[in-house]
Amino acid sequence: MTEIIAPTGDTAALAPVRKAARESEPPPTEKIGALRWLRRNLFNSPLNSALTIVAFVLVAYWGVSFVEWGILDAVWYTTDHNVCRQAAGACWAVIAEKHRPMLFGVYPYDEHWRLIVALVVYLATVTLTLTPYCWKRSILIPLWIAALAVMGTMLWGGVFGLTYVDSGQWGGLPLTMVLFTGTVVVGFPISILLALGRRSRLPAVKAISVTLIESMRGVPLITILFFAVNVFPLFLPEGMEIDKMLRVVVGMAIFFACYQAEVIRGGLQAIPRGQYEAAEALGLGYWRMTYKIVLPQALRICLPGIVNHIIAALKNTSFVLIIGLFDILTATTAVMQDPLWRRFFVEAYLFVAAVYFIFCFALSKYSQQVERWLNEGRRF
Amino acid sequence: MQPERRTYAFAVTECMAALEASRKSDTSILNSLAFRGVVYQVLLASGVILLGWYLYHNAHLNLERQGIATGFDFIGERAGFSIGESLIPFDSAQSYGRALLVGILNTLYVAAFGVVLATILGVTMGIARVSSNWLISKLASGYVEACRNVPVVLHVIFWASVIRALPPPREALNPFDGVFITNRGVIYPLPVENAIYPWMGLALLVGIAGAVLFARWAGRRRELTGRNVSTFWPGLGIILGLPLLVWLAGGAPLEWSVPALRGFNFQGGTSLTPEFVGLLVGITVYTGAFIAEIVRAGIQSVPHGQVEAARAVGLRPGLVMRLVILPQALRVIVPPTTSQYLSLTKNSSLGVLIGYPDLVNVGNTTLNQTGQALEAISIMMAVYLMISLSISIFMNFYNRLVAIRER
Repeated sequence: MTEIIAPTGDTAALAPVRKAARESEPPPTEKIGALRWLRRNLFNSPLNSALTIVAFVLVAYWGVSFVEWGILDAVWYTTDHNVCRQAAGACWAVIAEKHRPMLFGVYPYDEHWRLIVALVVYLATVTLTLTPYCWKRSILIPLWIAALAVMGTMLWGGVFGLTYVDSGQWGGLPLTMVLFTGTVVVGFPISILLALGRRSRLPAVKAISVTLIESMRGVPLITILFFAVNVFPLFLPEGMEIDKMLRVVVGMAIFFACYQAEVIRGGLQAIPRGQYEAAEALGLGYWRMTYKIVLPQALRICLPGIVNHIIAALKNTSFVLIIGLFDILTATTAVMQDPLWRRFFVEAYLFVAAVYFIFCFALSKYSQQVERWLNEGRRF
Repeated sequence: MQPERRTYAFAVTECMAALEASRKSDTSILNSLAFRGVVYQVLLASGVILLGWYLYHNAHLNLERQGIATGFDFIGERAGFSIGESLIPFDSAQSYGRALLVGILNTLYVAAFGVVLATILGVTMGIARVSSNWLISKLASGYVEACRNVPVVLHVIFWASVIRALPPPREALNPFDGVFITNRGVIYPLPVENAIYPWMGLALLVGIAGAVLFARWAGRRRELTGRNVSTFWPGLGIILGLPLLVWLAGGAPLEWSVPALRGFNFQGGTSLTPEFVGLLVGITVYTGAFIAEIVRAGIQSVPHGQVEAARAVGLRPGLVMRLVILPQALRVIVPPTTSQYLSLTKNSSLGVLIGYPDLVNVGNTTLNQTGQALEAISIMMAVYLMISLSISIFMNFYNRLVAIRER
């Protein structure tokens, strides 16, 4: 009779094997010389050789002119726009000259240090939140409460001798961060509820979810922002007012939630029916089954899609340009109305594009890393 | 669990049955799943209805107090503003309804151009990304990463600013003979209208129909006899040859209206406005990056064995792409591309930022002049919903054509 290793008991028995497998050497990589590499990757057919040569000439030409424009002939620092006008290259001085209004908008000039503190706290908190070591409730909850308290104090002020700054004066990069965080934090729970609602067996719940999701996905974000700014106040009783920024954040959050809900629905559909049946057999109710069994698996499956929409939410904060909130892009556009410096808009917009690019690209690379972490446990 | 389709009537009868069962078995009706479901739904529905009534009530009071007119009567009134570019004749004496129609047509116009150009750009870049040529694939991924990680709003504003910063007509860039790029837009020559041109268009349609019929006949013949009939050159001949014959029969009229500088601006030819070009370039470059990613994922989803098998039966690389990879990749590519087309159409509303008179721009002017925000925004939302719905219906139809056909 052969001995059967029970599936549940194999963890300890196989541990040395797994350890050995993990520590074993990687397969040998093929070493090829530079010439062979060129032959294989750039000149492997007549067509490819032609393409390579054409592309190389174009890259070299554009690359050299870009380096000349952006580095060699560029003006790095000056307070006089005439110096830039005479130079042949880029005028990075426009960023040195205008970075305060670009990054911080119309926030009172002498209080900008508060925004820098808030930004540093924010970036540190987000970085910690994204580190697996901190994925514990005992760390994350106090961390975010403390961070929000510090950031709120810094942005609003009004306590500890700081002057009060109305949210209408917030601007620049901190406003982008507030809009982004607000959208994701408010929108994500709504998206889960909508996704569950769309798969509900109760027809009324399902109908409401489907109507909301499909109508929101059918209209541009601009119309929703117009609605939040121009129409929504009409629906409130007399004398009641809701802060414009709050209305905008809720509008963007619902818009975000309706796209995210479709991604999460995809994850929910991928869970085998046996998981639901097993949970019910254990006597779990709907919410406990959803929270303990279904969602952890579903969210893991659709993680790439979720991150894509979170990145989209970051980029979508720039739509507030249309309704006159001063995020980093609006502030830059406003700064570029200055007749002395307006001809250097390319440099200014490249700078803003670089800011967005760094955050979005970092988020997408991070999500690829998380996917690797999550798949690590599945290799055996 | 598979969601079940149930009607209210069915739920109520089930609820009665649950009541009956609970009476018999001594369990409380509160524990019955069906009963709870009905209660939850009644609560939710009444909550939604109450909220809706409350909002309606407030809006009614507010509008009355502020003396804002309600209803869609303003559509027939005189608009009083002019629109920079329009596909149909429009002047400020015409109605708001006509102005909105101009806006809708402009939205569709830029979206149609955008969809075509973004598809061409995206497919090219997507194929380039999977190219075996290292330089080409790196260049394509550089484009994709740089463009999709920057907001579309920035793309549009950037390109609009670039066009505004171009030289004025007197110092226009002149890349090809007759084509001028200036800060007033792109000006290019156009043949002078002639009675023969509509007939050439008709001949083109007849030619396309003929080519399709010829391809079908060739396919049937191949099935029957096993002999291959080349369809590419004869098809091209039919499509291009018929209009050419009509043109020659009409006396081969060819008179170009070539733009020429008169005073401060160009006369002759036709032009694309700077707003149109800025918006088009912005949304095309942005959406193209997303389509490139979709195309790359689609091509990589085809198992490598398929390519090896196709090569083993002796197909040339071009044919491997056309006959083996693309038909399988399209199944993966079509659904997400649909949503990219939809988002391109919706992003064309960014025209309002740079002064392109699209639907949102005209609607916004209407809103500001009449003060009827609720109605103006409802019209915009309804039109976009209809456009989105039409695109999805068409793309779903196309998707059924390319979807996998299993026995």
